Amino acid sequence: MRYAGIDIGSRTIELVTVDDRGEQQDSLQTETGFDPIAQAKELIAKVKFDHITATGYGRSLFEIAFDSSTVTEIKAHATGAWTLFPEALGVLDIGGQDSKAISLRNDGRVKKFEMNDRCAAGTGKFLEIMAKSLGYGLDEFGTEALLAETDINISSMCTVFAESEVTSLIAKGENRREIARGVHESVVRRAAAMVNRVAGEGDIVFTGGVGKNPCIVSLLVEKLGRSVFIPDDPQAMGAFGAALLTWQANSGQ
Amino acid sequence: MAEDYRLMWQEMGLDLEAHDALLGVLGQAYEDIYLAQKNRPEGMAYFDFVMSEVHGLRIRELLDEKKAGRKIIGSYCVFVPEEIALAANATLVGLCSGADFATEEVEKLLPRNTCALIKSSFGFKIGKVCPYLEGADMVVGENTCDGKKKAYETLGNMVDNLYVMDLPQVKSENGRALLKAEFYRFMEAVEELTGVTVTAESLKQGIQTVNAKRAAIHRLSLLRQADPAPISGLDALLANQVFFYDNPARFTESVNKICDELEQRVEAGQGAFPKRTPRILVSGCPQAVPNWKLPMIVETSGAVIVGEESCVGERGTRNLTGESGTTVDEMMESLVDRYFKVDCAVFTPNSDRLDHIKEMAAAYKAEGVIHYGLQFCQPYIMESIPVENALEEDGIPCLRIDTDYSLEDAGQLKTRVEAFIEQLR
Ligand code: SF4
Ligand code: SF4
Repeated sequence: MRYAGIDIGSRTIELVTVDDRGEQQDSLQTETGFDPIAQAKELIAKVKFDHITATGYGRSLFEIAFDSSTVTEIKAHATGAWTLFPEALGVLDIGGQDSKAISLRNDGRVKKFEMNDRCAAGTGKFLEIMAKSLGYGLDEFGTEALLAETDINISSMCTVFAESEVTSLIAKGENRREIARGVHESVVRRAAAMVNRVAGEGDIVFTGGVGKNPCIVSLLVEKLGRSVFIPDDPQAMGAFGAALLTWQANSGQ
Repeated sequence: MAEDYRLMWQEMGLDLEAHDALLGVLGQAYEDIYLAQKNRPEGMAYFDFVMSEVHGLRIRELLDEKKAGRKIIGSYCVFVPEEIALAANATLVGLCSGADFATEEVEKLLPRNTCALIKSSFGFKIGKVCPYLEGADMVVGENTCDGKKKAYETLGNMVDNLYVMDLPQVKSENGRALLKAEFYRFMEAVEELTGVTVTAESLKQGIQTVNAKRAAIHRLSLLRQADPAPISGLDALLANQVFFYDNPARFTESVNKICDELEQRVEAGQGAFPKRTPRILVSGCPQAVPNWKLPMIVETSGAVIVGEESCVGERGTRNLTGESGTTVDEMMESLVDRYFKVDCAVFTPNSDRLDHIKEMAAAYKAEGVIHYGLQFCQPYIMESIPVENALEEDGIPCLRIDTDYSLEDAGQLKTRVEAFIEQLR
């Protein structure tokens, strides 16, 4: 038997399957685009599975189209993260357009959570826009920022204002790497504050695409002063969690 | 039938076109949210009827009362004592303020960061769409939160019969004395309005009528302690909302009839939702008609609401007035005693409310509490943090929500609420 989880986010869709022991088998990704259901259809045609659970903001669309079960991204991320790192007491997810912090009970259940889904600041989108303003590719943005010796403070929380702040710093001839570092600092400040509000202690699992950014990770470890675990495939954590929940629901686990 | 209502509305000075639009939205929302529910008690048919005639038959009744010499008083707060109005031959109606209307116009008069409730009350006035407001002989405002206090200064220029009641903010001896003085001042104002003097007999009658109405709601609330809950939170909220403008005696009778039916349901183990559906207590700002957003989201996400710690709910209706007094003064004392217990967040300190939330969570066997805050409502949002902390200390999960009347954030709210419900399972 194969159990699948699909995470339909606002920017990307991930699909993960697990086997009878809950081990990850396939992991696929595509853009959400303007027709998420068509994209999802294409994705699920590529793998074999017996049951599926949908999560992410498009979960209800998927539920209607494919009569699947659903779970919120909060529970999906918590389940995925805790399964890989059972000693963790918190999860931070920074996705394309939202971010969330979750605190976990010892058994992996959600204790408390907070979501930021009203504003792009502190999300992957924010980093993307800033990288572009600074003329960096997204892949090199974190590595470059890490090389800076100091950082230039970015005070605006709002993406639009922060962008013009960055532009004027460039015009002033400030060091590009240092501005980049400042941008990373600003994201981490918000994220760490959210984690501290929700999950005040214990190890943290960092999920979401932004988990691939080395500068964010290193600043986060520094700010939180706790261990931060990063899964191999941080972006797929929601889909992985959903797949595990499918497995648990259908195999008597 | 519908046509002569139009004439009635026109004569009352309503803006017919805007009013049509409001009724259209209201009717549609009621159908989508209320009539779509399953396993409703049969007795809810009464409330379906009341809602369908909310601007029709009930208004006609009030106009008939006016013709017969009674006066109509509109109020925005549960501190305004209905007993006194009744005793002086007036009918008290709550002015609901649960929907956005004419927001752009409202924002010329009020800052954008004003709570949706206050904005709505202005919108209904500016849009001339509320027959209760237009038909009222006296509109009572009160000094509670800063938003309302200052808003009444502006509203005073828009309605010519605004009366503002002062209210204490501290549960002290002085505070109680102020409430008492204000209740007397209100009594005189109503007497002047109606030309009828309050007597021991009429006040006793007023107290009994309102006590009976509250007792019926208490009975309904008690039945919600059962698992499965015999009535949905949406339906129970509606009963609490209709409490504010229906004829008191008829309301009491109808609620009691529903309770008879619910008793049978409880005995037969029937519910609006299956047994062991996660149970939620909602606490916070009032939810006025037609603000059904949160309960709709909660109850379409697999949970049931079993209580409202709210002024449209148990904060507003709990505690009966003592009936032992024989003179007007004695009865006024009893009224002051009863109303002084209302634990609105404008009071400081307000530990009574905290205790009541915990009590309710236990009594209704709620597994979680959703704190409902209207955006920009300082008193309740301020209290939501200590509320959350106290509940968590007792191991009761709490979700804090700040929202308004628009449906823009419905998707985001649904995700939070669903995640919260998953947390309770
Ligand atoms: S919340 Fe406070 S101000 Fe509002 S109706 Fe209740 S008692 Fe009055
Ligand atoms: S909801 Fe809050 S801000 Fe609005 S009127 Fe009531 S107490 Fe005042």
